[in-house]
Amino acid sequence: MVENKLDGNAAAGILQEIFPFEMTLAQVTCVGCGTNNMIGATAAYLQAMGTIVRCPRCDTVLIRVAHIRGNYLLDMRGVRVLQIKEG
Amino acid sequence: MERGTLLGRLSWQLGEVAATKPETARTKSITLDLPGWKGHRAGQHVDVRLTAEDGYQAERSYSIASPSEEAPRVTLTVERLDDGEVSPYLTEELRVGDKLELRGPIGGYFVWEAQMGGPLLLVAGGSGIVPLMAMLRHRAVAASTVATRLLYSSRSLEDVIYRDEIEQRMKSSTMLEVVQTLTRAHPPGWTGYSRRIDLQMLREVAWPVEQHPLTFICGPTPFVETAAARLVELGHEPARIRTERFGPTGENHGRK
Repeated sequence: MVENKLDGNAAAGILQEIFPFEMTLAQVTCVGCGTNNMIGATAAYLQAMGTIVRCPRCDTVLIRVAHIRGNYLLDMRGVRVLQIKEG
Repeated sequence: MERGTLLGRLSWQLGEVAATKPETARTKSITLDLPGWKGHRAGQHVDVRLTAEDGYQAERSYSIASPSEEAPRVTLTVERLDDGEVSPYLTEELRVGDKLELRGPIGGYFVWEAQMGGPLLLVAGGSGIVPLMAMLRHRAVAASTVATRLLYSSRSLEDVIYRDEIEQRMKSSTMLEVVQTLTRAHPPGWTGYSRRIDLQMLREVAWPVEQHPLTFICGPTPFVETAAARLVELGHEPARIRTERFGPTGENHGRK
């Protein structure tokens, strides 16, 4: 299966359906390697089932988000801390 | 909506096609009237959604080509992909007066505004020129004199999007340099590069590392990854290089 790796920008659409903030600038701390990255700088994979955001350093899955039958499903077990700047 | 307040969640809106303009044999610019459009920043994109009669929906992201100063008009430049689900409709079927569903603007990471300064290096592969052109157009409207270099890779002269406009901007702006490379075919007497981007080309075109340039790279994924990796090899700070991959073949990304 060909992996279609995009930049975190590609996850902005679905994240902004959920969070009323500029999410590409939000920072995520990876549970795998501990590094801090802006979501815009992570790797995003858009699949039919949902969007996956991976750490650019160690490839750990940071976020899985899906929108299925009227529900948003958000798995953020790969993120230790999500930091969002207001405004 | 002023900066400093909550963005608000993205919502779909209906725009009306005000104009269409072929750019090359395979690309077309589509200008939409979007009432209520509050503006955007150069580099951002929109999601376009098509709904078939049976309810099937396809979504794709397209970079905004126009500067924010043209709001509530927004222009997208779309490349027709032979096996695309959305691009053939946009480039061949859509007519002035038709409605199009979209949402945006999206993405604050891959953005350049004049106050961010430079020097600026823009590296475009194929249709990756679109968001970078929005940056150049914004730069002109803002009367910015930030030193800017554009390295633009295309297959042939006929595939160069915005060709005349780029030439005209090159002539009328003193702090703007444009370097082109044609990878498949070039005309006799061609003075630009005639190969895919590589370390040597970037060494010759990029700003000196000591000047701490801001770099934006956009195009097909392999192109973007090559350019970014080579620039880092040359000593440029990864944090000052921003990338927007369009996908393995340059297809505008999206999800069904």
